[in-house]
Amino acid sequence: MIRYFTQRAIAFIPTVLGVSLLVFFAIRLIPGDAITAMLGTEAGMLTADQRASLEAYFGLDKPAYEQYFNWLVNLLQGDMGYSVRHGQPVVDVILARFPVTLELALLAVVIALTIGLTFGVISAIFHNSPIDLFGQLFALIGLAAPNFLIGTLIIYILSVYFGILPNAGNYVEFTANPSKNLQQLIFPAITLGFAFSASVMRMTRSAMLEVLSQDYIRTARSKGLKERSILLRHALRNALIPIVTLVGVETGYLLGGTVIVEEIFTLPGIGRLAYNAISQRDYALIQGVTLFIAVNFVVINLLVDFVYTLLDPRISYAKQR
Amino acid sequence: MRSVKFLSLSLVVLIALLFGAVAPIAAQDGDNILIMARAADTTGLDPHLQTAFASLRLLELVYEPLVNLDADLNLIPALAESWEFSDDALQLTFALRQGVQFHDGSDLTSEDVKASFERILDEETGAATRANLTSIESIDTPDDYTVVLNLNTPDVPLVSALATVNAVILSSDVIANGEPTTDVVGTGPFMLESWVPEERTILNANPNWWGEGPYVDGIEMRVIPDEASILAALRAGEIDFALLNDPLIATLLIGDQTVELNRAPAISYHVLQLNAARPPLDILEVRQAISCAVDRQAVLDTAALGEGKVTGPLTIPAFELPLDEYFCYEQDLDLARELLEQAGYADGFELTIIAASAEPPTAIAEAQTIQAQLAEIGIEVEIEPLELSVYVDRWLAADFDAAVALNGGRPDPYTMYARYWVEGGNLSTVAGYGDETLDSLMAQGRSESDPEARFEIFADFQRHLVEMAPWVWLYTEYEYTAQQPYVEGFVPMPTDSLYSLSQVRLER
Repeated sequence: MIRYFTQRAIAFIPTVLGVSLLVFFAIRLIPGDAITAMLGTEAGMLTADQRASLEAYFGLDKPAYEQYFNWLVNLLQGDMGYSVRHGQPVVDVILARFPVTLELALLAVVIALTIGLTFGVISAIFHNSPIDLFGQLFALIGLAAPNFLIGTLIIYILSVYFGILPNAGNYVEFTANPSKNLQQLIFPAITLGFAFSASVMRMTRSAMLEVLSQDYIRTARSKGLKERSILLRHALRNALIPIVTLVGVETGYLLGGTVIVEEIFTLPGIGRLAYNAISQRDYALIQGVTLFIAVNFVVINLLVDFVYTLLDPRISYAKQR
Repeated sequence: MRSVKFLSLSLVVLIALLFGAVAPIAAQDGDNILIMARAADTTGLDPHLQTAFASLRLLELVYEPLVNLDADLNLIPALAESWEFSDDALQLTFALRQGVQFHDGSDLTSEDVKASFERILDEETGAATRANLTSIESIDTPDDYTVVLNLNTPDVPLVSALATVNAVILSSDVIANGEPTTDVVGTGPFMLESWVPEERTILNANPNWWGEGPYVDGIEMRVIPDEASILAALRAGEIDFALLNDPLIATLLIGDQTVELNRAPAISYHVLQLNAARPPLDILEVRQAISCAVDRQAVLDTAALGEGKVTGPLTIPAFELPLDEYFCYEQDLDLARELLEQAGYADGFELTIIAASAEPPTAIAEAQTIQAQLAEIGIEVEIEPLELSVYVDRWLAADFDAAVALNGGRPDPYTMYARYWVEGGNLSTVAGYGDETLDSLMAQGRSESDPEARFEIFADFQRHLVEMAPWVWLYTEYEYTAQQPYVEGFVPMPTDSLYSLSQVRLER
């Protein structure tokens, strides 16, 4: 099985490199560069010599293919380049911000699974009853309400009615102060988890309903097993496979950073980093972050595949003899 | 069974966390640090290079120029105690303040001034403000505290052109042996302790500053990208002071019981730039028709909720003219239609206006209001919202029919407009128009030193500019800052400068 996963991981390398190539040239095609981003309209006050000097400073003077080649060579040695705006190596900048996004994503997943699975199972058991209707309504709101609306509402309620704001630009890391950190992350996690839980709930409900109508459930009941045992050990476990797929996709998306929630709740995460890097045309950083997110997706993909084997013993990646 | 227990346990933990989060957090105690929030962050630390407003707001606290501006835009001594032009106006002599120290302990001398100016004038540096200092031919330093600028042409506005962060004095040591783009060694009231981009900047008070103050031990500048969150932080008492950009947010603080809102009229101006190089805008009557059809007060009221005032070309209070002296500053649709007919465009035409989305926040709303107004005389406007850098790119290339812009003002009319309206000016292509009257008036304004005469010259300049209508000047807005009631001593400036934070006290 290890061989299988290693092979798959290697097979992803061309994809990831393809993404990097695409992004590399795409961002250079967009109008504006680091100089216009830094100076704005004042860039018009520069003489030709001044502009040439600044271009050399920003590494914009070499032809694109040469820049790409240099970048690739450095990448293979573990050097992702230097962020001009941050004045630091790209790797350091990304690693400083990834823990925030990771923690936020994990919290959102936990919230989404807790609420989504619970409501989904309950809805499936009591389907077509008022409880089910309420569950469906909740799912509808969760999917329809934009997260910037929910986020802003939460902040408004907190600051106006409770007079508090956990994060006023003074984000503390988990290692520094766990309780303060959780206070700062719980509301953005709820904002993200809300929509996420809605899709988990709907998926759970439909998967459970399908599984519950299977013959083996009837067999289990006729064998006299307790209903709770049937639901959780037999039905839910089988229903989990499509849910795991969904969670995998969503988590991959969350690990790419969620700009809007990070902006509203002032979190120094990967989303804001990528957004600002693009606005500032910080090429090295944009390339680095994109590559990083692509690799994240690959890892999540492989993790999801691995989880399948845990859920369903029939799934095996060992070579068939 | 286990799963149910696990799920219920998770729910309990979640609820506990929620209640934990809602519990009040200990208020900031007697720390004498000013906590400040703003949406945009500094983009770099080199004061000669950085032009973005957000960068200047930080750098003006750690670096100082030779001269500064007071709240009425008069020149006041900073690192220079006095200055004087020679009789032929070809020499400008500065007497430096003595006993000033850089943050690294070294003394400020004429050597540092010379090195700083030479750095700006060196094209290798890439300093945008060099364009305002091209009259400087050479620099002499007869003694440690005297600097003589030898000019190649009389340049009265030169002194005010030096009252900017882009002309601050760096240590000659750092220029020669250090890295000015990252080593922050200035003479200002505050010293840079740390800068985490897009997050936080920490400043410490400079105990050896030559002026009176500072009265706080330091400043913590936080980046809170969403202004609604800044508002929330102010209301929750988490921050002491904030910069606000969006009138729609700032006006929510009017009449607030706790947070104080400061509004200072700015010298930057909102304008609809027309590209007179593109037909049919090359016809004078067409541009005048547009100028007549636009109801400037309505644009101000709709886009910025009336927060500001209608303005002519010069926004400096000392040079302002009554609006009725300008051609067609009150909306006159009949005259507009007549002018269009004269030009041969009685049926109107199509026009595309570019605007940078969110920069300023009112740009799109201004464009929409103008679109509605021009529709009344048959001009069909299409609005093209662009991301900021894309907008800048097209703006610099003058690749537009019309553009909604927020352009910076300067304390001197010549420095403010030489770039656009003088032949060969750096941005004359962007201005899209030029004529001999403007050229000659600007040249006179540059060499005339008598204030009354200058006023007349620039009055003519403004009237002519509005009549030729290459641009339609709209309004100036307010600069907003907000503070808790215990923050005393801040003076808002038309230039947006935060320099008076050196005088601020926290009276808790």
